Amino acid sequence: MTRLQAGLAAAVGLLGLLGLVLPLSAETGLLDTPFLTTFAVLCAASLFRFRNPLPVSVDGCLTLAAGLALPMSLTVIDRGSAGFWCLAAAGWLAAWLFVERLTASRRGGRWTALAVPVLFGVTLLVLWEVVTRGLNVPQVLLPPPSAIGARFAASIPILWADFQQTFLKAVLIGYALGCGSAFLVAIAIDRSPFLQRGLLPVGNLISALPIIGIAPIMVMWFGFDWPSKAAVVIVMTFFPMLVNTVAGLAEAGRMERDLMRTYAAGYWQTLVKLRLPAAAPFIFNALKINSTLALIGAIVAEFFGTPIVGMGFRISTEVGRMNVDMVWAEIAVAAVAGSAFFGAVALVERAVTFWHPSNRT
Amino acid sequence: MGGGKTIPILVVVAAIIGIWYAATVWLNTPWQLGVYEREGRDWTASDLIVDTMAQERPVLPSPHQVAVEIWQTTAEKKVTSKRSLVYHAWITLSATLAGFAMGTVLGVVLAVAIVHNRATDRSVMPWVIASQTIPILAIAPMIIVVLNAVGLSGLLPKALISTYLSFFPVVVGMVKGLRAPEAIQLDLMRTYSASTSQVFWKLRWPHSMPYLFASMKVAVAISLVGAIVGELPTGAVAGLGARLLAGSYYGQTVQIWSALIVAALLASVLVTLVGAAGGYVSRRMGVRP
Repeated sequence: MTRLQAGLAAAVGLLGLLGLVLPLSAETGLLDTPFLTTFAVLCAASLFRFRNPLPVSVDGCLTLAAGLALPMSLTVIDRGSAGFWCLAAAGWLAAWLFVERLTASRRGGRWTALAVPVLFGVTLLVLWEVVTRGLNVPQVLLPPPSAIGARFAASIPILWADFQQTFLKAVLIGYALGCGSAFLVAIAIDRSPFLQRGLLPVGNLISALPIIGIAPIMVMWFGFDWPSKAAVVIVMTFFPMLVNTVAGLAEAGRMERDLMRTYAAGYWQTLVKLRLPAAAPFIFNALKINSTLALIGAIVAEFFGTPIVGMGFRISTEVGRMNVDMVWAEIAVAAVAGSAFFGAVALVERAVTFWHPSNRT
Repeated sequence: MGGGKTIPILVVVAAIIGIWYAATVWLNTPWQLGVYEREGRDWTASDLIVDTMAQERPVLPSPHQVAVEIWQTTAEKKVTSKRSLVYHAWITLSATLAGFAMGTVLGVVLAVAIVHNRATDRSVMPWVIASQTIPILAIAPMIIVVLNAVGLSGLLPKALISTYLSFFPVVVGMVKGLRAPEAIQLDLMRTYSASTSQVFWKLRWPHSMPYLFASMKVAVAISLVGAIVGELPTGAVAGLGARLLAGSYYGQTVQIWSALIVAALLASVLVTLVGAAGGYVSRRMGVRP
């Protein structure tokens, strides 16, 4: 055991003991919450590891027990006091210890690589639930994940309509047009070194600018419906794509180009067979950056005026009505959509640029 | 043409301004024709061009209109006046800088933890990446409103949004930078029996400086965007974002464009400053150009 692991293990055990001694809440005793009491006993018992080392799986069970016992006890406990928070901290540290030992053991390979981040995410969710409900944080401030999940399940039709309006129309159309046109412009200016030297610094500067600010202008020009949002997305995605494609097209080495010349390949053959594949890592980099930019652009543009549907519209109106759980449900949709979009682009990237060093393990 | 960049850049910038002027005439013509028709007077092409560039609320203001507006709202107003762009830019800038500083510190701390602890690397790193697929800018208004409800108002909520946006490039860049020393250099430190902290301060930290400044350039730009969007929901009180929103409510296109241009200038100044600081540090560390 490393020093960090030993410290964590000692803290888990001592906090478990404290949880048995200190009151869990004002009105409940140890017997009202059998699961939580069991967890506290397990924590205290794990102190025996200092006599006899315990296997990693025991820490896994301890983490699982914490994940089950803490949320379940909240049905009985209204407002936690010292003992409850000791056990919550013990649960968190147990999860940490489990991850620490899991990564140190170097077994499992692929499976642990997936399990560790998932475990971290679940721990965050459980802590969020425990803290918001155990402290009675007002709903308006931060609703617990369970309330968000319930609201999500109850308003799927609304969320789907918003998703359609914002993602399927504005984001995807704007993304395709913005990236596509930037790609074509990049190929066009690629033939002129003069334009390249001039456009690259300007393009780099423009991609650092707060382009999101053109949203009100676009809403003024193209109206309230999705075309104005798509226009914002087009402008936001254009410059990263342009700069990256131009840089990528310059990537093919002199040797390879000379080789293509000896094959008597024309400009277009060289472009399609050598330079575009060589530019693919750069192009996909831009496509990945743009996948998150596009969603942000579309949602923010909706703050400046929309028809009565759309993710940005829903967020701004529900904030005004203090329906914060609905806002969080919408955020969950946006996060899932954004991650899925990013993941999809990354998958295509792996398939297309399978030859690149970063994809060969 | 030699290898110089100045002339091509100037040509491109001139072309952009030219296109802008052409677009001004083109976009403002329909409205101007309506005016002529109502007044029932004859017009020539030169009349049309002059008039489209001098409308009160044009669809697209011409560059010189925007320039005049910026001049009037910066140089000719008192700095403390609510109508001065300097005042609004300062409010946005202070939130940007506060957020940028917090984001950089958070990013560096996270990167150090990730580089020195495998468990952190495995569990936190995927979530750092996933955190950026959440459109934080989209929920910025809610964060502002919620923080206002707790009693946090003014600078801090906006700065927190900037922090969230700017820590990401710093984490990614610094993890790369702190891992940049090669095995042979790390081995040398081992033969000196250097402790972890000595390896960090004498090898990893100096080695990561170029990466730090490269990611800080991205971070400062994105943190300005965060501050501007953070100003949208507070009821358009102050700041460049508030100017944008107020302009869009009242159809003041010239005001929108001047706020936009000032934001762009601010962004380029900030990026240049960070770049210059990076150059200074690397010169002091003995890097020769």
